[in-house]
Amino acid sequence: MRSRIENLSNLATSVPIHRSKVKDMSAEVVDSNPYSRLMALQRMGIVENYERIRKFSVAIVGIGGVGSVAAEMLTRCGIGRLLLYDYDKVELANMNRLFFRPEQVGMTKTEAAVQTLSDINPDVVFENYTLNITTVQGFETFMSSLKNKSFDPNKEGSGVDLVLSCVDNYEARMVVNQACNELNQTWMESGVSENAVSGHIQLLVPGETACFACAPPLVVASGVDERTLKREGVCAASLPTTMGVVAGLLVQNTLKYLLNFGQVTPYLGYNALKDFFPTMEMKPNPQCSNSACLERQREYMLTKPARDAAAREKMEAEALSATECPIHAENEWNISVVDDSEVSGSDVGSSGVLPEGLTRELPTADVYTDLPASDETSTFDDLEELRKQLEALSS
Amino acid sequence: MEGWDPTTKSTLTQIPLLTTRAGPRDGAAWTQRLKEEYKALIAYTSMNKSKDNDWFRISAANPEGTRWTGKCWYIHNLLKYEFDLQFDIPVTYPATAPELELPQLDGKTHKMYRGGKICLTVHFKPLWAKNCPRFGIAHALCLGLAPWLAAEIPILVDSGMIKHKDDTASSSEDQNQ
Ligand SMILES: [Zn+2]
Repeated sequence: MRSRIENLSNLATSVPIHRSKVKDMSAEVVDSNPYSRLMALQRMGIVENYERIRKFSVAIVGIGGVGSVAAEMLTRCGIGRLLLYDYDKVELANMNRLFFRPEQVGMTKTEAAVQTLSDINPDVVFENYTLNITTVQGFETFMSSLKNKSFDPNKEGSGVDLVLSCVDNYEARMVVNQACNELNQTWMESGVSENAVSGHIQLLVPGETACFACAPPLVVASGVDERTLKREGVCAASLPTTMGVVAGLLVQNTLKYLLNFGQVTPYLGYNALKDFFPTMEMKPNPQCSNSACLERQREYMLTKPARDAAAREKMEAEALSATECPIHAENEWNISVVDDSEVSGSDVGSSGVLPEGLTRELPTADVYTDLPASDETSTFDDLEELRKQLEALSS
Repeated sequence: MEGWDPTTKSTLTQIPLLTTRAGPRDGAAWTQRLKEEYKALIAYTSMNKSKDNDWFRISAANPEGTRWTGKCWYIHNLLKYEFDLQFDIPVTYPATAPELELPQLDGKTHKMYRGGKICLTVHFKPLWAKNCPRFGIAHALCLGLAPWLAAEIPILVDSGMIKHKDDTASSSEDQNQ
């Protein structure tokens, strides 16, 4: 009993250790260097210049089961700046997921996240936004925060390098899509199914790949029949495992994209029941209902000749080095100058056949013919008049 | 329209369809859309009244028509249960439906997302997507809120999670014993 009390009082008096900021990332392998194992990636030749990570800004929308874990991973990797968006508070019901702690219940998710993350790595610059991006006002703040370049005034494009969507609903994803299409901002989508046994990540480059509105969202078929899924009394299930896997896939793709190593996946699904990882590519839909997407598609087509020339140059350089190197001799038939429109792998158009294991979450909108605006009701075509009429019905 | 009851189906088909694809950031086109929203809401409310099935009141809470507030009610065992109703028109409307909120029921049922947003059936979103941009606020109320109230209010009442307003005083005394 006494030793227990002593133990408890020791715990109470122990002061948490806060590390101070570091100026440069060192590759020196000592206990006190938080970056030594990351800088080793550079020594091993996996990453050319790891320290560039401090230049990058990543926006994470949705600090839930996936977003909070993604934020922690990027924080531990020493990302330059993290912008965090969520309108929700931490609840006890969130404790089956990773990251948040019971004593943070009641705090906003963004504040609680910054509290934990700045302790883990004080070198990261954090910005937290407690707002709902789907409302008109929230959207304006969201847009201006993405455009703000005070962190790196010389940066081209918007103020961030990548947006990660970690939200749990279609509505919010469509809003991230809208913002990124308007800003010509590359982003990555992530999602976990409502039955918690499948998930996916997707890369979206405005004009170059399909946007989120180009076609109904693509999700991993869990193999569970929707009609047999028992939904009484619940909206959605969640597992820390599936969310952790998806967050890991998302940040892995983020690191590859930002630090330029390996292949950045255009779409990677995860079926937890069958241990199946479907992948695919999707081209933009020329009939997309999103006007900003169509604008980006036009811009992308205009830069096609320059891209083709660069691709040809790269191909020729590779062909040259291949002939010099006998190891690659058996590959020579695979080297050819292909037209940009020929894409290898499983590429589907917006209406094309889907690879095995993937399915559309929603149907496409029916085609309908515009009814000519009728003038017969012109007496009621005044907004104020209509408002009053509804008001009158309400009394 | 698989998965919908015949009453919902027949009511839905009588609500005027909208034609303008415009959201709150689309200026003049949004004003046009707003007029269509009003027309559909007026027609739907009139229809409900004529069938003696009046069940909601809704009005724009700001001049832009991007936020709406009102009331909805449900009769169970001859008692009327009334709730505040509110929602914002999302920036991506009408590609995405408004998320209907009943703030007083927040935390009382699992059939609800945080902030009191009702959890819609698996049938709602596909039908909304299929009919974009022809469905509006009135359709969302008819297809989303009406079936939700019909399914959830009896459960909430019978389980004691919500009490009738005339019953509140006596029941809280009961709990104290
Ligand atoms: Zn598109």
